[in-house]
Amino acid sequence: MYAANFLLLGAVLFSIGVFGVIARRNAVMVLMSIELILNAVNINLIAFALMNDSAEGHVFALYVIAVAAAEVGVGLAMVLMIYRNRRSIALDELSEMRG
Amino acid sequence: MMLAASASTGWFLENAFLIPLIPAIGFAIIIGFGRRLPKGGSEVGIASMALSLAIAIGATVQWIQRVGSVDEGSGEHALGGVFGFARSVFPTATEGGHGGEAYVEPVIRSWTWWQSGSLEFGLGQHIDGLAVMLLLLVAFISLLVQIFSTEYVAGDRRYTHFFAALTLFSAGMLVMVLAENMIQLILGWEIMGLCSFMLIGHWWEEEANSRAALKAFFTVRVGDMGLLVGTAVIFFGANQWAVENGSNGFSIQAISGWAMSGEASTSVLFWGAVALFIACIGKSGQFPLHTWLPDAMAGPTPVSSLLHSSTMVVAGVFLVARLYPVFYTGFDIGGTNVNLIAVIGAITIVIAAALAFVQNDIKKVLAYSTVSQLGYMMLGLGVGAWLPAVFHIFTHAFFKCCLFLAAGSISHSGSHHSFDMKKDMGGLWRKMPITAGSWMISTAALCGVPFFSGFFSKDEIIDNAHNNGYTFFYYVGLVGAAMTAAYMTRATYLTFFGTARGAAAGEHHDEHEAHDTAAHHDDHDADHGAHGADHHDDHHGAHAGPHESPWRITAPLVILAALAIGSGYLNAPAVGTHYFTDWVEPRGAAVELDGYASDEGHSEALGLAALPRAEEGYSEGCGYTDPSPGTVCYAPKLNHAEFSWGKAAPSIILVAFGIGISAWLSLGVFGGRRNPFVGLTRRFAPARWIHTLLVRKYFLDDLYERVIVRSVAHPISKAAYWVNQNILDGVVNGVGKSGRSAGDWVYRNVDQRVVDGAVKASGVVASESGHALQPIQSGRVNQYGALLFGAATVGAILLILLNI
Repeated sequence: MYAANFLLLGAVLFSIGVFGVIARRNAVMVLMSIELILNAVNINLIAFALMNDSAEGHVFALYVIAVAAAEVGVGLAMVLMIYRNRRSIALDELSEMRG
Repeated sequence: MMLAASASTGWFLENAFLIPLIPAIGFAIIIGFGRRLPKGGSEVGIASMALSLAIAIGATVQWIQRVGSVDEGSGEHALGGVFGFARSVFPTATEGGHGGEAYVEPVIRSWTWWQSGSLEFGLGQHIDGLAVMLLLLVAFISLLVQIFSTEYVAGDRRYTHFFAALTLFSAGMLVMVLAENMIQLILGWEIMGLCSFMLIGHWWEEEANSRAALKAFFTVRVGDMGLLVGTAVIFFGANQWAVENGSNGFSIQAISGWAMSGEASTSVLFWGAVALFIACIGKSGQFPLHTWLPDAMAGPTPVSSLLHSSTMVVAGVFLVARLYPVFYTGFDIGGTNVNLIAVIGAITIVIAAALAFVQNDIKKVLAYSTVSQLGYMMLGLGVGAWLPAVFHIFTHAFFKCCLFLAAGSISHSGSHHSFDMKKDMGGLWRKMPITAGSWMISTAALCGVPFFSGFFSKDEIIDNAHNNGYTFFYYVGLVGAAMTAAYMTRATYLTFFGTARGAAAGEHHDEHEAHDTAAHHDDHDADHGAHGADHHDDHHGAHAGPHESPWRITAPLVILAALAIGSGYLNAPAVGTHYFTDWVEPRGAAVELDGYASDEGHSEALGLAALPRAEEGYSEGCGYTDPSPGTVCYAPKLNHAEFSWGKAAPSIILVAFGIGISAWLSLGVFGGRRNPFVGLTRRFAPARWIHTLLVRKYFLDDLYERVIVRSVAHPISKAAYWVNQNILDGVVNGVGKSGRSAGDWVYRNVDQRVVDGAVKASGVVASESGHALQPIQSGRVNQYGALLFGAATVGAILLILLNI
């Protein structure tokens, strides 16, 4: 079992997530992509923890999962509010912050 | 802070600072509300002076008790203490068991006025025999003068202001008398200077009066420079010693101790004493700055009386008496050398007495007499006769105040506001018996007729001058005594005897001249309008001719005349009293310093060699030898001449001779009897020259005004004007022009181009870069994400490439 396999899986997941964040118009899809990125990071953390025989990476991964759960909760609440106001969750229509 | 076990104290001594404080508050009340009070503020002035007098009497009684308690306890090394002074002191000198030897600690209190660094400027009190004596004297004389003034200046348009200034004047003198340090002394000194200006110029509508006030103020200010310089010199000399002993160089007690310690530099002491004495010359009307005093007669008579008896002019004598250790060691008075104080005093005695012979104005005779008597006081201090000099202040205050008030009484009721003896007086003794009687008694006291007060003080000065080895000054004193007797006899004859002339004869409506003999007023009423104050309706109405003054004028006269006899017996060796010696004179006894580090090299540590001054036949002690280590002296030990009638005989004979010859001459010259001296000045040229010299006051006024003022002030003012016009204006204009052109250049180049350019450029850069970056700010989250990840990618690639 090579550590490189874990890292490759992490890298693939990360790339898919980045693609989703950049390319998707649907806000829910973007949130899901962010979850993919975070979990890619988690895989990396655990892979390195196994390689170095230490528990710190596991602890940190658990911590990241907790943060991700909170982040998704807040993110979905925002998406819900946006949908109520605009009847749409298309991100490219939300450009009021344009300078 | 341990209070004296043996030296008793009391409420009045501890709170003597109230004595000047009450008149000062009285002044504020008078100036603030005086006009609304029923008696125009005079009642406040009199009440405050009466209260001050009451406290002063209490303080005097308690001081006498304190001296008594010290004398009783002096044999047993009783522990003494000082209030407010950071050391306690106990007397050590108990030689011979004589009661009067131990040092009596003054009652000193001090409050910090302001602080500069570690240096504290205090206000406080320094109550010793001298201070107590003068507090009593000043409060008493001020009270009498204020009572006199209620009648004399009644109806004056500035009645309230007169009493306000009079009260503040007394307060200033009292502040000075109990000054704990030099700063407070200067404060009181300057308050008096200001008030004398206000009072002498009280009737300023006449130019002569305001000129006299200015002259008094400026002449005294010339001397005042000496006070400031002297205080500074003494401070820098004494401060180190004083700080080591828990005080500072302004404290009068510390200065005294320093001056007597033998650690003081003689040149610092000498120049400090010279500078301080210059201040005394100005204030006390000594030669050559005496010229303001006779002109100060332009003020109302009560002012002259107060000014000449107990305040103002006594201030200079007081300063010498107060800082006597400085003068004693600075001028080496114990060494029978000729010194500045004695020389100035002697000159003043003679020249002022000579000037008094040619005056026609009764007040000017008295003014020169004051100058001459102040000369005696200075002479006494200069020859080491401290006690007789101070005693002469005391007795002189009573009889001189009485003489001035008598002159005021004559002018008020006898000669219709004239002070001219030759024109408006003569034969007044029948009309004004009380005034005449008190005048005679005071004149006898002034002349030094035996058994009057002046005899006991003035003769002691003369006797002590001889006893201390100042033989020349002894003869000067004798000559002065004869001259005093002669000019006072002349004035007395002209005023009270002979035929009545002018106003005294009741013809005052024809020939009326008031204070200034120069101004001829044709219009009688206009003159009265100008004087306002002297003015009384009853002079125009019911009565005609001279009459006795009302009780508010005669009562002070009688009291003062009684004291002109009685005050002398307080210290009359002829009848065996020596209360002043016991109570007033500071004892020249060494006192031990508390907490003194008993290393023998104390004086060497300061880098100053001790000054051994023991001479043959001199005993040890303060003033003869330096105090031994660990002790300090606050006053020199002085010799006292033993009184004997044989030694008093020359002065008595000379006084009798002076009175006799003057009476004979007066009868001859003014009484019209045939006499070889009649018309002498017309027939005999040297006599005429002398007469002219005296009438022109030795040309001193001409010297000051024509020569010094013209030769110094005029070229200086011209040169200053030229410098002002050509140099200063040129510099100022040049500076202005170059400044303006520099400003223009800066405006054009620096301001417009550099500064404004930078400001504008930064705005343009910000605006342009904002425009350039605007598209990035699309508001689209995806794009932001892309940028974020793009940047992270770039960063990651960089990290990999740099292999960190």
